[in-house]
Amino acid sequence: MKLRLMLLAATASFATTGAAFTQELPACENCADEITVVSWGGAYQASQVKAYSDPYSEMTGTKFVYDESSNEAVAKLRAMNEAGNITWDLVDAEGPDAVRLCDEGLAMEVDVDEILAEAPDGTPASEDFGESLISPCFIPQIVFSTTFGYRTNVDEWNGATPTSLCDIFDTEKFPGKRALEKRPKKNLEWALICDGVAKADLYDVMETDEGIDQALAKLDTIKDDVIWWSAGADTPQLLADGEIVMGSTYNGRLFSVIAEQNQPVAMLWDYQVFDFDGWIIPTGLPEDRLNRVKHFLHFATDTQRLADQAKYISYGPARASSAPLVGKHAELGIEMGPHMPTDPDNMKNFIVNNIDWWSSYQDDVDAKFQAWLAR
Amino acid sequence: MSSTTTDQFGASDDGIMRAADGTPLKRSLARALRREKLRSFMLILPLLAFITLTFLLPIADMLFRSVENGIVQETIPRTVVALQDWDASSGELPSEEVFAAFQQDFAEAFKNKTHTRLGLRLNYDEPGMSGLFRKSGRKATNLEPPYREGFIDIDEDWGKLETWRVIKRASPPLTDGYFLAAVDAERTTDGLQMKPEKERIYLYLFWRTMFLSIVITGSCLLLGYPIAYLLANLTVRTSNLLMILVLLPFWTSLLVRTSAWKVLLQQQGVINDFLVWIGVIDDAGRLIMINNQTGTIIAMTHILLPFMILPLFSVMKTISPSYVRAAKSLGANDWTAFWRVYFPQTVPGIGAGAILVFILAIGYYITPELVGGTSGIFISNRIAYHISTSLNWGLAAALGTILLGLVLLLFYVYDKIVGIDNVKLG
Repeated sequence: MKLRLMLLAATASFATTGAAFTQELPACENCADEITVVSWGGAYQASQVKAYSDPYSEMTGTKFVYDESSNEAVAKLRAMNEAGNITWDLVDAEGPDAVRLCDEGLAMEVDVDEILAEAPDGTPASEDFGESLISPCFIPQIVFSTTFGYRTNVDEWNGATPTSLCDIFDTEKFPGKRALEKRPKKNLEWALICDGVAKADLYDVMETDEGIDQALAKLDTIKDDVIWWSAGADTPQLLADGEIVMGSTYNGRLFSVIAEQNQPVAMLWDYQVFDFDGWIIPTGLPEDRLNRVKHFLHFATDTQRLADQAKYISYGPARASSAPLVGKHAELGIEMGPHMPTDPDNMKNFIVNNIDWWSSYQDDVDAKFQAWLAR
Repeated sequence: MSSTTTDQFGASDDGIMRAADGTPLKRSLARALRREKLRSFMLILPLLAFITLTFLLPIADMLFRSVENGIVQETIPRTVVALQDWDASSGELPSEEVFAAFQQDFAEAFKNKTHTRLGLRLNYDEPGMSGLFRKSGRKATNLEPPYREGFIDIDEDWGKLETWRVIKRASPPLTDGYFLAAVDAERTTDGLQMKPEKERIYLYLFWRTMFLSIVITGSCLLLGYPIAYLLANLTVRTSNLLMILVLLPFWTSLLVRTSAWKVLLQQQGVINDFLVWIGVIDDAGRLIMINNQTGTIIAMTHILLPFMILPLFSVMKTISPSYVRAAKSLGANDWTAFWRVYFPQTVPGIGAGAILVFILAIGYYITPELVGGTSGIFISNRIAYHISTSLNWGLAAALGTILLGLVLLLFYVYDKIVGIDNVKLG
């Protein structure tokens, strides 16, 4: 529940726009002139370029090279590590990947209070980031969620709109195809919740074979109506084409369909699943490159910079102190508050991705899930 | 120098042919030939070195991962030795000495930050191990004797027999575990057995990959044969134009072509819209042609079609039209002339095209991933998953090795039936 408090505090005053404060960067001693950053490409990377790297380059003259490899970061880093040639300086990774990289010894453990800036009021970074520090190697940036979007103009629904997660499983009231991710994670949790399992018992139930069977049996009831996606861009595309009537994806993708492309789509926030995304530093960097990374990180994860990122994409900053500074979208001019997964109205029901559990059971559950899919 | 004399024909008095310098001609020729061979070998040496370094060695290294298992011995060497005396079927936990050795190993592994890696490795055999190793981390390094109680205090899983059985089973430096997993089998305390029905997936996927690849090869042949015939028999002008049409998709990005099929085939797509418009189907009965096997077959047939057409074309080009004319003048009808005279001459082209398409199809993964839904994916999609997502490279290597073995086996069968000499690429 600490997380909940933090998220609530973070969103308490989204509407107020903080006064931008300028700061002097300390000099970077023995630092490389170039930095290779790995990220996800698309709108997300663009928001990082605008909020972090462009201002930083302007101040220091550092050259940024972006590599859009984050979805293969773990595999590629492992290969680089084996080859003894790390060409990346800083990698944007999802929480589970960061934990994995840390476990494999591919990411460096960091002392957040030593290398990250404190909040403007003097709160140490470790406290300001709070629960989002999910691994000793992880430097959080944003909170995002996986949730559902639905089309608002489906004739067969006779004016009804989905209001609860379990409407996903109601094909009588809400006929039409749904899109779900081709992975067990999140789908199993949602299925169990709609099969009457309490949120607190989820992972105890899933640890048993019967629990997995129960979840798959629930998913069986809609299996014929599901299109399974593997890329985050699939669901927005399918929604826009009218191929599906509802589907899960990352909230930022849905924001872009709704607010930027003006498609007849709305969000269903019920039981959204929270995840963190952040930076990891690969192990074994030479000193000058490491110095540059640390210098950049100190700047890019400070309170103002994290708040700036939310001007370009609807993901919530991971620092509590950034929340009051989040304002309007830089181009559309709309208030970002209500579009944040951490908005109090949007998080009446939610789940936090249980990285610990999934890191242990992923392989096993995935085998069962894929076998179930193939049948 | 030889002291024997030679006559004007180069044959010496002992009857051996000799070169001008007196060495026997045979040896001299052999030497020249060897020099020639050496020179040509030196010419291809850079290529050979390149292929060995960048192709053969990495493949060999990857395939070796399917049995490699040094990590357990490297990380907890003392425990592995101590566990040798422990009888896994005794129903009793390992002795305090084992726990003491383990504590020492663990503390060292924690210092080198390798304990979590070992946890990940053992997690392949028993879910929960990676969490157990991560959780125990620092606590286990500070343990005081008695270690057995200490470990069980940290997590009761250390007191479970299965935990230690898994460690003992995973101790040898080589493992067959990945290969077993790749054929849906596993080694448990009761010995070797198949996994429970609802966890089996790989054998089925191997079968489906083979089946779909054969279907795709067949449909490529059906569609490609007439086109290749046209190309080979039209006037140069027209056939050049047609050839460009065949090659055009070849030059287009694979992803673009696959996405184009999505636009065409999906339920709200061009084909369905057209069919609804002309009234063949009604709006509720739109055809499902994508995100299933149909989608995979259609898209992959289109993508691989040029690989069938080109070898067929190059073979057909060389078939003289006079054979068919001769057959007809001798009284054969169109069909007999085609089937008995023309077709047999195109078999080498069919062989080449079929092998190319089949081998390309069997390893495909981008197209099935995008249009195959759940019923149209291939074994390569699982290999890609294990390489880039689950990071179980051992299992990926085992699956890859089996796939390679299957292709070689089919190649052998093909050679026996059709004969590899009968294949002509142009």
